[in-house]
Formats: sequence, C-alpha cells, structure tokens
Amino acid sequence: MPAVSMTVNGKLVTADVDSRTLLVQFLRENLRLTGTHVGCDTSQCGACVVHVDGKARKSCTTFAWQVDGANITTIEGLAKGSELHPMQAAFREHHALQCGYCTPGMIMAAIDMVNRKGHDLDEQTIRHELDGNLCRCTGYHNIVKAIAAGARAMKGGMRQAAE
Amino acid sequence: MSATGIGAAVRRKEDFRFITGKGQYTDDISRPGEARAYFLRSPHAHAKIKGVNIKAASAMPGVVAVLTGADLAADKIGNLICGWMIHSKDGSPMKMAAHPALAATKVCYVGDPVAVVIAETLAQAKDAAEKISVDYEVLPAVVDPAKARSGPQIHDVAPKNIIYEWQLGDAKATDAAIGAAKHVTTIDLTNNRLVPNAMEPRVALAEYDAGNDSLTLWNTSQNPHVARLVLSAFVGITPEHKLRVIAPDVGGGFGSKIFIYPEEVVCLWAARRTGRPVKWTSERSEAFLADAHGRDHVTRAQMAFDAAGKITALKVHTIANLGGYMSTFSSSIPTYLYATLLSGQYAIPNIYCEVDAVYTNTVPVDAYRGAGRPEATFVVERLVEVGARELGIDPAELRRRNFIRSFPHQTPVIMNYDAGDYEASLSRAMELADVKGFPARKAAAAKKGKLRGLGYSTYIEACGIAPSQAVGSLGAGVGLWESAEVRVNPTGTVEILTGSHAHGQGHETTFAQLVSDRLGIPIENISVIHGDTDKVQFGMGTYGSRSGAVGMSAIVKALDKIEAKAKKVAAHMLEAAEGDIEFRDGKFTVAGTDKSANWGDVTLNAYIAHKFSGQDLEPGLKESAFYDPKNFTFPAGCHICEVEVDAETGATEIVNWTAVDDFGVIINPMIVEGQVHGGITQGVGQALLEHAVYDADGQLVSGSLMDYSMPRAESVPSFKIGVTVTKCPSNPIGMKGCGEAGAIAAPAAVINAITDAIGTEKISMPATPAAVWAALRHSPLRQAAE
Repeated sequence: MPAVSMTVNGKLVTADVDSRTLLVQFLRENLRLTGTHVGCDTSQCGACVVHVDGKARKSCTTFAWQVDGANITTIEGLAKGSELHPMQAAFREHHALQCGYCTPGMIMAAIDMVNRKGHDLDEQTIRHELDGNLCRCTGYHNIVKAIAAGARAMKGGMRQAAE
Repeated sequence: MSATGIGAAVRRKEDFRFITGKGQYTDDISRPGEARAYFLRSPHAHAKIKGVNIKAASAMPGVVAVLTGADLAADKIGNLICGWMIHSKDGSPMKMAAHPALAATKVCYVGDPVAVVIAETLAQAKDAAEKISVDYEVLPAVVDPAKARSGPQIHDVAPKNIIYEWQLGDAKATDAAIGAAKHVTTIDLTNNRLVPNAMEPRVALAEYDAGNDSLTLWNTSQNPHVARLVLSAFVGITPEHKLRVIAPDVGGGFGSKIFIYPEEVVCLWAARRTGRPVKWTSERSEAFLADAHGRDHVTRAQMAFDAAGKITALKVHTIANLGGYMSTFSSSIPTYLYATLLSGQYAIPNIYCEVDAVYTNTVPVDAYRGAGRPEATFVVERLVEVGARELGIDPAELRRRNFIRSFPHQTPVIMNYDAGDYEASLSRAMELADVKGFPARKAAAAKKGKLRGLGYSTYIEACGIAPSQAVGSLGAGVGLWESAEVRVNPTGTVEILTGSHAHGQGHETTFAQLVSDRLGIPIENISVIHGDTDKVQFGMGTYGSRSGAVGMSAIVKALDKIEAKAKKVAAHMLEAAEGDIEFRDGKFTVAGTDKSANWGDVTLNAYIAHKFSGQDLEPGLKESAFYDPKNFTFPAGCHICEVEVDAETGATEIVNWTAVDDFGVIINPMIVEGQVHGGITQGVGQALLEHAVYDADGQLVSGSLMDYSMPRAESVPSFKIGVTVTKCPSNPIGMKGCGEAGAIAAPAAVINAITDAIGTEKISMPATPAAVWAALRHSPLRQAAE
C-alpha cells in the first residue's frame, strides 16, 4: 500500500491507500470531500474535475499516488468562508444548475477555462471548451451565460465580484 | 408582484449547497460498518440458468455474503410488478411475467442481475464476483420490437411475446373517413430507443435496525413513498411502517428514478440477512445496462385531409418495446400517455390507435422525460408537416386551419382540453423566429454551400398527472393526488412538507414563493421538506410535470385551512367576530377599523393559547391537505427549429431555436426557462445524437458514454424563449407544468427542419451525419444539383 501525501484545499493530508485508489475515491471516501462527483466511468462527463497544481484534472482517471506531493483544490476549497468565488456566484445568479450533480465539475472546469483563455470568453469558445463536461438538466444555455459572466467577474478579483 | 412572490425570478434557495460542494446525494451518505454490493449481471440476452457456483467467490478476501436468485426465492422475497393494468382488445389482461430481483432460472436481457456479492470494499466485491461461475444454456434472442412476434418466446405467459394488443378510438369511423378523404399522408417511423442518463447514477443504501426490526433505504428516487409501498406491499420486504425510504438530494431523474428496481430490493434484503448496512452505487456503464430505457416505438400512421386541408382522420399502429420484463409503469406509457395525445392541437373528428406491446431481450423500457407524449407529438407533427408539403400548403397555414379554437374541447381520444390559445403561441413564435426573413437566410446559406431548413412543432401534452378516479378507470393501480402539510411555528416561520420530490426542479424555491406570496412572509422564513417517508406521511412524487399543478395545489389547500384557523386566533386576540377578520400581506385586520395583529403575533398566540379557550379552539397551527386534480392540465406551444445541413458531410447544425410555450401561470420564470432549455436539449439529443442500439444477439453496443452520444454544449445553440398565457381553469393556481415540454416538442421540430432542408422525408432519428448524408443521396434536391 503506497503512502500518499498531498495538500487538499490548503491542508496537508497523508494516508496509506490501495494502489488502485483513484484520486476521486481518495477525496470522497478517505477525506469525505463529497462535493466532487462521479458521473461516469469513461472520463466523459467531467463531474469529477478538480484542480491539481492549479490545472483542471479529471479525478476519476487519476490514481491517488500519481498526485503525491501535489496541491489539490476541490469545489469545497473555492469559497473563502461565506464569500463565494465569482464563478460560484455567477452559476447561482444565472441559474446555471438544476440538480447540481455536474455543477462542481462545471465550476472547476470553468475556472480553468478562464485561467487558460482569459476573461473575455465568447459563446463559441465556452461551448467548445466545455466538451469534457456533460450536463443533462440545463441544456447548457445558462451555464454558458454564467461562465461568461464569471470570467468577467474574476477579472476584478474575488472581493469585487462578490459585491 | 412582490420581489419573492408568484412571478418573480427568485434565485434558488437550494443553490448555495450545490455550488459549494455541500449537496447531500445518496452516495455521499455513509453508514457505520457499511459493506459494498456488486452485482453479477448476465452477459447473455436470453439464457437458462442451469446452475450457479458461489463456493470460490465466498472464500475470497473481504466477502461478507454471496447471494443468488435461489436464496431470494428461498427467503420468499416477492417479484417486482407493473402497477398499471392494460387490457387487450379482446378483454384479456396484459401478460405480466414474473420479475425476480435476482434471476434464478433464466435471464432475459444483458445486464439482468444473477447474483450479488457483499464485501468489505467494492474492489473485493468485484474480485469475488469474477469467481462466481454461472452455467448458462444460451437461447436465441430477439431485440427488434417489429420482429418480437416471430422471435423466440421469452416468457411462458406471453405467446408471441405479446404483452397486450390495445386499441383506442373508433376504427370503423376512422377507416371510413380515410376512404372518403381527398388526400391521405402515410408515414412509417421509429421513435428511437434512449438511455435517460441522469448525471447521478442510481444508488441504494440499506440499513437494518435489529432492535426495532426495521429497515431504512436511502435511494435515488423521484417518489420515495411509492417505493416504500411497492417494496412492502408487493415485494414483501417488510411491513410499510417498518420501512423508511429517504431520497435526499437526487441528481436528475427524467423518469428513470420513478421505478422500483432490483438493486433496491436486494440491498434491503441483504442488509437484513447480513446485519450490515449495504451500499450499491451504479457505475455509468452499468446504468446503460440496468436503468429503464425510454421510447422504442415502431409506427405506421395515416392522416386524412379534405379538399380544404382540414384533417378528417388519424390512424396509428404502434409496436412498443417494453423490454425483458414489465417495469413499474411501463404499460401506461405507450397507451394512456401516448394515444390520448394524438389529437395534438387539432380538431380531428376521427382517431383510431392500436398499440401492440411486446417483450424483447432488452432492458425494460418505461417513462423517460415526456413519456408517451414525445412519441405522440412526433407522429402528429411529422404527419402535419409532411401533409402540408404534399398538399402544397404552408405548414403554419395548415396548422392554423386545423387548430382547436374553442374550449373545453373533447377529443376522440379521452382528453378534454380545458384551455389554450394555439394561434397565439404559433404567431408569437413565428415573430420571434423571424420566419419572414427565412427565405433570405436560406439563400445566404446556399451561397455558403449549406442547405437551410425550418421546422415547426406545435405540441400539446397532458400534465398535472392526474385525477385519481380517471386514471383508476383506465387501469392505474394508484391514485395520483398529492399531499401537503403546512407547519407554522410559534415564531411564524413555516415548514412545508410535500409529497413531491425535487431532483433539479427547484421546489425549495418555488414552493416557498407560493407560501411567501400567500402569507406575506419572507422566503427565508420558509423551509420545504420532502423525500423522507418518516417526515412526510405519504406522497406520489415527481414526474409528469405534476409538482406545480398537483403538488402546489395541495399546498394551497392546506394554506386555506391555515388562514381560516389563524383568523380564528386573530379574532380572539382582536376581540372581533371571525367574519370581520381580513388577512393581507402578513397582517390580520378587523374590517373597517385600525385594529390589527401581525402574522408573528397570531402564530405565537396560536401556540401559547392564552387568548382563547382550548376547549373552543384547538391550540397550534398545523394543517394538511390531499389534493386530487379534477382534470389533466394541457401545456402547449410552438417550437421552431432552423438548421443548416452540410451537403458534403451530412452534418446538421441547429442555428436558431425559438420556443413559445403556454404553461399557464408561472411561479418563477427563471426556473421555467431552465426547464425548457433542458427539455429542448434532450429532444435535440433524441433527434440528432442518441440511440440505444442492441445488436442481433442482444448486446448493447452503445453501452457507455464513449459510444452513446449525449448532447454537449456545442450540440445546441442558445435558445429564444417566449411565453403566452392562458390560465389553467382546473387548479387553484392556474398553472399547467413545464418540465417535459421541450423534450416533447423538440424531436419533431428538428426532423421537420432537416427534411425541409434536404428535400426528402426519408430520414429517421437520430439524424446523424451519416444518416443525413445517405438520405441526401436520394433527395430530388441533390439529384437536381448533380
């Protein structure tokens, strides 16, 4: 059983895990961080997206030992207390979620999209970049709107966006 | 309209927990000492089970138990049932075959569960399952509903695999009208088989309390009370009062989580047998094999027209695939939720429909978003569109000539439409879609080498399911009312307990808006409680766009009682006659005076009971109601789809989508629009992308998200949404329901647009690039170009 150690949402965690343990299982079962979801078994749906060293990664296709020493951020690590991350706030404001199951992965992927593509995202870019995230409820219409708005809000930093 | 009352686009109360990762879905719940379940499923579509050897598996590390169909039978666990009786034309009852939760003697589809391993970890359960050896005698299979009649017989009770041969309407009059018609349009179509694919896979977690001999089931259910009823009364797991079912946050349902499934039975049974909490979490590929699928019809239909373009008759014959066993409500979907909507928005004097339901070696088929109504709309709206083209009449004009214009309107197929204005939604949609500008857009597209087409779908659906007496007379085993309880606390905050269940619909917000509007209190002071049989006494759950029209009407009824009681309390406080008390905006006043009491004063006085004699007036403020609707509701509207087809590749791009729907009174327009967006996208998925395909041996070849094409963000455009409003006269709020409209309207709009673009009607769903490209080879448009 390999010992793994990583920083998750700012806290150092260490555990002995079965070598088959996926990062998503480690987060959900060992750390009880159940905000990261599993929607498929073929890396298609993106409900499991987390940030590994600041980049989006599908935690269902990553063994826990592969990210030994890394810095992980999950959906639970985005808000600063009651102050939502601008992308979280945009999802609520624009009704970009219904059942909420795909939402954590969508938000984590959206922030990564902004980090890579900038703050002024047009509809075509957002839709193209969302290829790895499935939603069955919203028809994507409001997710696209929310990501565009969240991206703009991220420009001003968290405080400004939350106001 | 207040900022949070009826009609306000209130941001959702439930969102905070979902956007911060604090939702509580079934798989997020863990019980102390929990063991994991893994199901061994049949790799064969049709086979006899000659023997199951579990010896090696039982000896594997971490194994708690290995259980088979023989164990289930020995413990006298009952079969799963279909709760809606349909009779054939000859009066004989439907042929319901035994459906054990674990197959003991034969398997009927790939994925049919044969054994379960309960182990300390999921990995150990999977490893042990590999050591189970099942001796199968493989039998020939049939998967195509059109070939079921001549295929190998699956169940002894159902010769030729026929479950029922049902009919509705007047055959003789319909045939006569067709014979006398000026023009008859005939189409053959398939309604493609779909996999619901809610993003949260199904989960069941069962726990046995030996001290009380009671069981708790946490599951991904749209209707936990119905699950408890079926599991106790029919499957016989344990008496109803000893079973608690909790459906916490549920990640989408779309019908697939209505049904009572084998895995729930097995987890409950195994939890009691082993004394351990038992959790099963479906994997996505497992969901493809084991969740009830949707649609799967093969239909031939004829529509007759007179010289003025008036529809004189509609005749439909459908073969409906119900899969290897009859799922919970499967029998009702291709009958009373399908044929009853074949009149569409049109005054059609003669309709006759025959439906043959058949068994095949595929996973059971049951309700999926729209459930019968998308299939009916596809038949009617394709016929009208093709008829218009054959008659050389503009498709919008042909629809107008046939619209029902006075209400109530009795159709020849049971339904009595109570209100609507189909002209209004068509006109508004044509305006929003700029239909006038279409020829110019088509010409511009042609210059780019693209074929542009425009398609209409003027749909109707029956929602607000359903009047209990009416559905009872049609064979339903349950009533379809809804319950509500309103608990007012001494401080004036309110808890609403509802038998409806939210799995994305936003009830915590909209139900609170209704109450806020009525009581004049902030929505923050209102909680909505649902999904737990220990908290809510009984309820019928959420499906068929019923939670507004039926669920909220029950709340209104309970609020009427709350107001009446609160007025009595206020009358004592204000020393006035009860009849003189007026209640408005959270304030009780004595008519014609300045004497008043606030909501919070009255609620406190209801509980301290100092101002009145407890013998004359009961202390407390809590009321409940059961609401049974007097009719279905009839949402209707017009969707217009505009596509561009690339003639070289066959690829279709949806370039514009306009939806104008009449949902009656709307509580929260933001949430309603979201429902429409999602529904359209599922309908677009059916029209362009999705298809559950079994090969001839019964193997599911589109069995994962790698093979089954789900709509992605690039599959759809942003939508133009409009509304028209006719108030529904059949419930106290005036609402009709919005959850299924998009999925009902969309497939016909897409296919009507594509066929308009490519100049041939010979295309079936899904209209993949390959299918469109092949259809184009035979199109006169193409031949003219070459």
